[in-house]
Amino acid sequence: MKRFSINHLRELESESIYVIREVAAQFENPVMLFSGGKDSIIMFHLARKAFFPAKVPFPLMHIDTGHNFQETIEFRDWLADESGAKMIVRYVQDSIDCGRAAEETGFTASRNKLQTVTLLDAIAELKFDCAMGGGRRDEEKARAKERFFSHRDEFGQWDPKNQRPELWNIFNGRKNIGEHFRVFPISNWTEMDVWQYIYLENIAIPNLYFSHEREVFNRDGILYAKTPFMKIRDTEKVEKRIIRFRTIGDATCTGALESIANSLEDIIREVAATRVTERGGRADDKRSEAAMEDRKIEGYF
Amino acid sequence: MDKDATSTAYLDMELLRFTTAGSVDDGKSTLIGRLLYDSKAIFQDQLDAIELASVKKGEEYINLALLTDGLRAEREQGITIDVAYRYFNTPKRKFIIADTPGHIQYTRNMVTGASTANVAVILVDARHGVIEQTIRHAYIASLLRIPHVIVCVNKMDLVDYREDIFDSIQKRFMDFSTNLDIQDVRFIPISALNGDNVVDRSVKMNWYEGPTLMYQLENVYITNDYNLLDARFPVQYVIRPQSTEYHDYRGYAGRVASGTLKVGDKVKVLPSGFTSTIKRIDFGKETLEMVTAPQSAIISLEDDLDISRGCMVISAENGIRQSQDIDLMVCWLGEKPMIPGGKYIVKHTTSDLRCMIKEVKYKVDINTLEKDYENRTIELNDIGCISIRTTKPLFFDSYRQNRFTGSLVIIDEGTNVTVGAGMII
Repeated sequence: MKRFSINHLRELESESIYVIREVAAQFENPVMLFSGGKDSIIMFHLARKAFFPAKVPFPLMHIDTGHNFQETIEFRDWLADESGAKMIVRYVQDSIDCGRAAEETGFTASRNKLQTVTLLDAIAELKFDCAMGGGRRDEEKARAKERFFSHRDEFGQWDPKNQRPELWNIFNGRKNIGEHFRVFPISNWTEMDVWQYIYLENIAIPNLYFSHEREVFNRDGILYAKTPFMKIRDTEKVEKRIIRFRTIGDATCTGALESIANSLEDIIREVAATRVTERGGRADDKRSEAAMEDRKIEGYF
Repeated sequence: MDKDATSTAYLDMELLRFTTAGSVDDGKSTLIGRLLYDSKAIFQDQLDAIELASVKKGEEYINLALLTDGLRAEREQGITIDVAYRYFNTPKRKFIIADTPGHIQYTRNMVTGASTANVAVILVDARHGVIEQTIRHAYIASLLRIPHVIVCVNKMDLVDYREDIFDSIQKRFMDFSTNLDIQDVRFIPISALNGDNVVDRSVKMNWYEGPTLMYQLENVYITNDYNLLDARFPVQYVIRPQSTEYHDYRGYAGRVASGTLKVGDKVKVLPSGFTSTIKRIDFGKETLEMVTAPQSAIISLEDDLDISRGCMVISAENGIRQSQDIDLMVCWLGEKPMIPGGKYIVKHTTSDLRCMIKEVKYKVDINTLEKDYENRTIELNDIGCISIRTTKPLFFDSYRQNRFTGSLVIIDEGTNVTVGAGMII
């Protein structure tokens, strides 16, 4: 190895750690959003690395749609226990019960969009002035325009056409009372970088990412897991397949992938060869060409 | 992919950040689409989505520009509004593109994209040659000290791939850029639409013997882009574990802005000026012997000094400038003009302080590069030379010497918006 150069993963790691420490230093009451997916898992891993030997100086928060894979919840609770981190959970069901959010109906019903209500209510209730998220710019075209430090007005809204310029490594987190920031420490990582880093650092992830047998059905070209949360049409055939998940979100909008990749090496090879983006299996993005932009403007992750 | 994706070589790539600059309709989005497409960074579902969108708009070809225009308003108006970041890699390097728009708020966006770039790719339309906008792009690249500039003469297909046209554009660019501070400039004749000299060599321009754009991006030497001499470590955060195992631990978290710090090095802490020695360097669970820019780490010192965020640890032998009166080049990013005599907030490395704009010395006409001493009103997208006075001394290097300790941003106290980008002279 050359003496004065660091590789792309170490440079990304260093950048993300810098951003996470800026959050701890610039905000009074930050929180790190945690979904149980690989992006939030590596973000939390980076946070632990940023402050070790001290503990991570902010809590984690999971916005729980109630439509989860059991493995995700078990993993979340295990990680909180193993790390000693404080894990706050807020439930979309509570927002529905108190009339703040209305459940979608029909076959394509999902609670994905409803999470925004629960998230914004939790930010207001717990007086968080900054919420870190595991969004990456390579995921989706509206995210490609996102800043590391993204300002939100008193309604939690994003104004994509009027964002603060972000230069060098200087991050401006100044705001008025009632406003908050969303910060995306792993903005510059790609899906491949995330997998390579998990491999390099030997980071634990839920088993859902590895190949396993599961009951699935095909809807509009996407394989969904059979869960109690989704209505299945009579014409849709449920069958057992060998699959794994490439992203993990709400069970109603996360597509599975037929795969025998059973190790991190296999997954990395599979990602290198694949010809479909990881969000290609996400029903929440397929609603319209600007689906992500519209949700983000309202205050989505 | 030729190599096994889990091999050491694949895990050990260099990261190169580049910015693309061009004026309206010079094919910049097409070029980026071409780089992404030919390096297989565009996936089938993305291609399907833009094919559908192109058909909807009644276009004849798949419009690769739709890949980069992420916002609804951008697609509707067919323009790019904001800097967008794109990612791709080849077996040699990982690339981050800061794609900056050609017209609306041009300077503001290009300065933003340029601030972290190793390379600037400037597009020139072969039919129009060097125009005012080309001069602007080159000036900003030089002002922001992007270490490498690649001028792509695009649309060669529309001038019959003529060598003399390429040569005269190259000559014209070299003529005016002698007044600029560009260290490394190269020229490539391309056709982004047809893919000539982008990833694959053109068969239509045998007279051109240089490398393709992709080859150039993969091979330009970037290790020296960081200042490796002057050790600078701005303190971000103080680490005090308050646990029995690390009872007396007191570490300073930060990212090395430049140079190298080693255990045993004599260091000076600013602003106090006290000296000490580096006792240990930690990163996660590893204990390191040394750290180099741009690594993040935690350093501990032999002596118990009063150190907090905003302090800077530097090499004891290597001085840094300290002053409350600072001259800088500023690019104005705010909607409201800069107020001479006005008070603003300055963010420099990890410190925040207040400043007053003392004087505007001159404004730069970025189309002719002339200094204007008459009209000195600095408005949105203007670049000028100003003097400020800060409430406390700042420790800094010139931007020429150090991109991270020589840069600052100016923030409006009332709105909290970033309104200026400053490069210390």
